[in-house]
Amino acid sequence: MNGRKVENRILSFITILGAVIWIFPLYWAGVTSVRTEEHVVSAGAGLLPDQFNLSSYIDALFNTQMLTWYWNSVGTSVILTVVVIISGMMCAYAISQMRFPGRKLLFGIVLASFMIPAQALVVSQFILMNEMGLINTWAGIILPQLIVPVVIIVYKQFFDAVPKEMREAVLLDGGGEYALLFRVYLPLNWGITTALAIVTFITAWNSFFWPFLVVTTENKMTIPVGITQVNDAFGVFYARLMSVALLGAMPVAVAYLIFQRRVTEAVMISSGVKG
Amino acid sequence: MATKNKTLRRNLIALSLIAPFTLTFLLVFAWPTYKVIQLSFTDAPLIGAGEWVGLDNYRDLLGDRLFWIALKNNGYFLLLTIIPTTAIALAIALAVNRLKGWVQALILAVFFLPYILPVSVVTLIWAWMLDFQFGILQPVIEFFVGERVAVFRDPYWVMPMIAVVTIWWTNGFNVLLFLAGLRNIPQELYEAAALDGATPRQKFLRVTWPLLWPVTALVLTLQLILQLKLFDQVYLLSQGGPFNTSQVLLLLVYREAFQQNDGGYASAVALVLFVIIMVVSILQFQLLRIRGKR
Repeated sequence: MNGRKVENRILSFITILGAVIWIFPLYWAGVTSVRTEEHVVSAGAGLLPDQFNLSSYIDALFNTQMLTWYWNSVGTSVILTVVVIISGMMCAYAISQMRFPGRKLLFGIVLASFMIPAQALVVSQFILMNEMGLINTWAGIILPQLIVPVVIIVYKQFFDAVPKEMREAVLLDGGGEYALLFRVYLPLNWGITTALAIVTFITAWNSFFWPFLVVTTENKMTIPVGITQVNDAFGVFYARLMSVALLGAMPVAVAYLIFQRRVTEAVMISSGVKG
Repeated sequence: MATKNKTLRRNLIALSLIAPFTLTFLLVFAWPTYKVIQLSFTDAPLIGAGEWVGLDNYRDLLGDRLFWIALKNNGYFLLLTIIPTTAIALAIALAVNRLKGWVQALILAVFFLPYILPVSVVTLIWAWMLDFQFGILQPVIEFFVGERVAVFRDPYWVMPMIAVVTIWWTNGFNVLLFLAGLRNIPQELYEAAALDGATPRQKFLRVTWPLLWPVTALVLTLQLILQLKLFDQVYLLSQGGPFNTSQVLLLLVYREAFQQNDGGYASAVALVLFVIIMVVSILQFQLLRIRGKR
């Protein structure tokens, strides 16, 4: 029994050591960001935090276009999330609760589009956006990212599980399909709606490849694309780079820490390991 | 007549419900899919029309040294990431699963946090940590190989280091999947095994591992698809260099289309990647369906 206890202690110790190593890059970015530029590259800069200097944060916020990039990221991510959730919910509701010609085909297409790698379509998507005059616009950033089939698949599962009696009761009272969806099915599924919305938002906020292609002017960039420009424009200032990186990470990190449970739940549900 | 009207009405309502998704899908997915196939048979620049050239792009592709290098590097990257990330994620999930209460929540958050960061934040931080002159990890590298290494400018180090960064960044997702899998294993099975006098090792090999295999298969295939789409980290850390040692297919698509202005050829490369990923996805779908039926 005693051997087991020692073994447990050792395992816990290794786990915590692993966690410390895993978080170290973020810790180090934090320590670097609150040092002065001179101290960062000096020989006396140790592993422990020894300065608390916010000047590089102020520099990053007000001497770059960081605030504009925040605005672009917030705007595009919020619009994208709202459109993806509402259009996905509507489509899933029709597939789950209504009978109409082409229903099976539509669901087949949704499942198939799950497998299509959007990255392989960027050339023709770029040409399309160019023809529509949407290069360097929010619409150009948002449009090609609106296809998130997993939202429909998850909603369909949840709508399928709603008891049929509720539906009949509302229909008898003379309510229509829209009333059913927004007054019954949506309120019953608030939990999964917020979970899907948070994950869609985080994915939208983090997306790099497409916004990087469709935006070429600095004042239309989103955070993930914009922060790669800071280096080029000012030469290498490590404290400022780390401030920029952490400022870019802040919104999603805070969102995750607040909604931790919901985020992990949503990730599990949308990858199919938990129903 | 009345029922016919009702059916029509119902169909119109259904149509209005599916219209937003379906129209967007047709515009930004179906049309571009058709377009990329068509483009791959032309010599079109990125912007503007081109001539039909038949299979020329594909013939060029077979003779293009860079295409084969990119394909090989994609394969190399899969080797460097898939199995290691799955093994590390399983180990972390097993370790986290032992813990309880707030300690478990905290440790899980630590391992998951990098996954929700934008890729450019991740690459900025790692580029700083591995900085040739001031990087905090250079002394570690020096300890092992005897000298500092500019890792993203070194043909031997570049892909393994991009793999390390990628694993650090994306591993939290796999940890979550494994944790969900572990929690789905009925506790009674362990109790029964304990009654039969099973050692922890036997419990893992006879209970945990077989019951976790479906999740393991899911993680492996999801990673396979994800890592085939490699672009961001490579572009941000090494731009495919040095000497194309980190050149990959999606980077080649970008380069041909947006830097060389060769939309037709880029489309052909993109289609190769498209087909590879579709094949893997279909295999995954079949695998999951078999699992679902059992």
